Amino acid sequence: MAENVQNQIPESLEAANEKALKKLRKRQKKRGDIEKARVKKSKGKHINGSLGGDIAIFILLALLGIFMVFPLYYSIVQSLKPISELFVFPPKLYVLQPTGENFSNLFKVAGNLWVPFSRYVFNSVFITVVITVMHVFVVCCCAYVLSKCPNIPGYRFANQLIVTSMLFTSTATWIMQFVIMAKMGMINTYWAMILPSVATPMGLYLMRQNMSTINDAIIDAARVDGAGAFRTCWQVVIPNQKPAIATLIIFVFQGAWNIQGGALVYKEQLKTLPTIMSQIAASGIARQGIIYASAVVLMIPPLVIFLIAQSNVMETMANSGMKD
Amino acid sequence: MAKKETQEQKKPRPINTESKTAYTLHLMKMNQACYWMMLPFFLLFTFFTIIPVVMSLPLGLTSFNLVQFPHYVGLTNFYSLFVNDDVFLIAIKNTLIFAVFTGPFSYVLSFILAWLINEMNPFLKVFFTFVFYAPSMTPSAFVIWQLIFSGDSYGYLNSILLDLGIINSAKQWLTDVTYMMTVVIIVQLWMSMGAGFLALRAGFQGIDTALYEAGAIEGIQNRFQELFTITIPAMGPSLLFAAVLAISGAFTVGSVGASLCGLPSTAYAVHTVMNHAQDYGSIRYEMGYASAICFVLFAVMLICNHVIRSVLSKYTD
Repeated sequence: MAENVQNQIPESLEAANEKALKKLRKRQKKRGDIEKARVKKSKGKHINGSLGGDIAIFILLALLGIFMVFPLYYSIVQSLKPISELFVFPPKLYVLQPTGENFSNLFKVAGNLWVPFSRYVFNSVFITVVITVMHVFVVCCCAYVLSKCPNIPGYRFANQLIVTSMLFTSTATWIMQFVIMAKMGMINTYWAMILPSVATPMGLYLMRQNMSTINDAIIDAARVDGAGAFRTCWQVVIPNQKPAIATLIIFVFQGAWNIQGGALVYKEQLKTLPTIMSQIAASGIARQGIIYASAVVLMIPPLVIFLIAQSNVMETMANSGMKD
Repeated sequence: MAKKETQEQKKPRPINTESKTAYTLHLMKMNQACYWMMLPFFLLFTFFTIIPVVMSLPLGLTSFNLVQFPHYVGLTNFYSLFVNDDVFLIAIKNTLIFAVFTGPFSYVLSFILAWLINEMNPFLKVFFTFVFYAPSMTPSAFVIWQLIFSGDSYGYLNSILLDLGIINSAKQWLTDVTYMMTVVIIVQLWMSMGAGFLALRAGFQGIDTALYEAGAIEGIQNRFQELFTITIPAMGPSLLFAAVLAISGAFTVGSVGASLCGLPSTAYAVHTVMNHAQDYGSIRYEMGYASAICFVLFAVMLICNHVIRSVLSKYTD
């Protein structure tokens, strides 16, 4: 196409005035720049940015970032402090003699529990994995329908219901939730912790909103090619939704990992890692170091998931491949 | 209903001659797969959200102490909320102040931050997204703020201000009525870079890069022009999502104030509607009254959501 334009230029040049030529040349140059930018894009360069702007933004973000990352830093520092430094007042923001004492103490206490510690770990991992997988599957299916099938009866109502339920907060709802679960015989089973977390409206609304930006033409094309709703969703729409899915996974994983069970599960064998960690931490001020150590240990899995999910998103997005 | 469906199967008629219900049924049958895909979510959603919520709405009309069976008291709860309960009026005032300051600010702030991060290279993107989301991943993140605003002269803020000679004696940041509101608003803003921020990041990431190339060809000169002409219109749905989160976040504030200043706080200076509901729900066990409070809050949020949706829909597609 670029060649075509070049061939046409000399003919039209003689007829038209020189301004038009300049304009064309400028445009060509710009197009060349964009080609360069496209090559650079793989290195993450933004088309309409400047180096000075990048540096200014970096400094601004770095300054704000110190403020944000502080509690994380503080928890880690506290967990590495030996007893002698932990109770220094006012607390220091750095550690003089880092030690793994708190962590080894934590696991010493954890090793002496009535129910083996591995059981708590298993419970948490099992619940988290099941919730994450079920949630992503269920929510993606539902979000596809709620965003891309506007002509089915009940479409508007279902959407309204989701948004409305996101705004509802009630301190009294848990009573009825408990009653219902008791009636269904789910108290003291894994299901009591898993099922309520699978169908939360927030994840659904997130996916619904993101899917609605997908071009309808792709979906029509899939339909013409003979794909049903389910196949369109999983083979056409979902592969284009990497950033949203990564965010969804971060949310649901974090939520599921922190489930404590509460009143729904009172059998010791079914309790989760956060429950036992908070029990260990709650037993006195002398365990100050263990409190931070357990917080750090609990933070690691969501953190790893966050980093994996986010860095996968940053790979170049599959373009929709549309030529309208 | 099953009968009608079988009838339809036997003699398919042209759609436009049928009645409205028949047409609806026809549409439902055509899109059967869609309903099957929605089924798992809505089944669980009905059991664990809709039914409990619907069942707890009537609780607002009762007096219920969790031990005895609730008994009907009519609109007494709502009446005493607005007429007899002075603390509730303070709570409403505080909640509105919080909502006005933290809601729009945190919304705009997380949008700006998400945008600035989007301008960085891939490694820095991950890094900064992590940095700004970190408070949401750290349990009890605001413990650090207790150290900073601690009321004695060892509190970081007090000791710095004393050293610089700005103040003469240690200030009670967390119990003095004049400072409490400001302190809690600052911490609240700092905590609010959570789900909304991450969702906006995803929204930025999901924009087709071809749009930016097209924009460059059309002659967009700088980032700001690009932001207003391409990015914001393409971000509509994500902006709406973050708005809903911001609304529910802004109106249900309370946990930060409660853990920094205690529940109830000095002179109810940072007492919010949510704190009030917790007070009656989990301390005094007056569930009926707590439900009534939640219902009022819900009504306010619905109105607010409606207003914001109509404003946002003007600026986006």
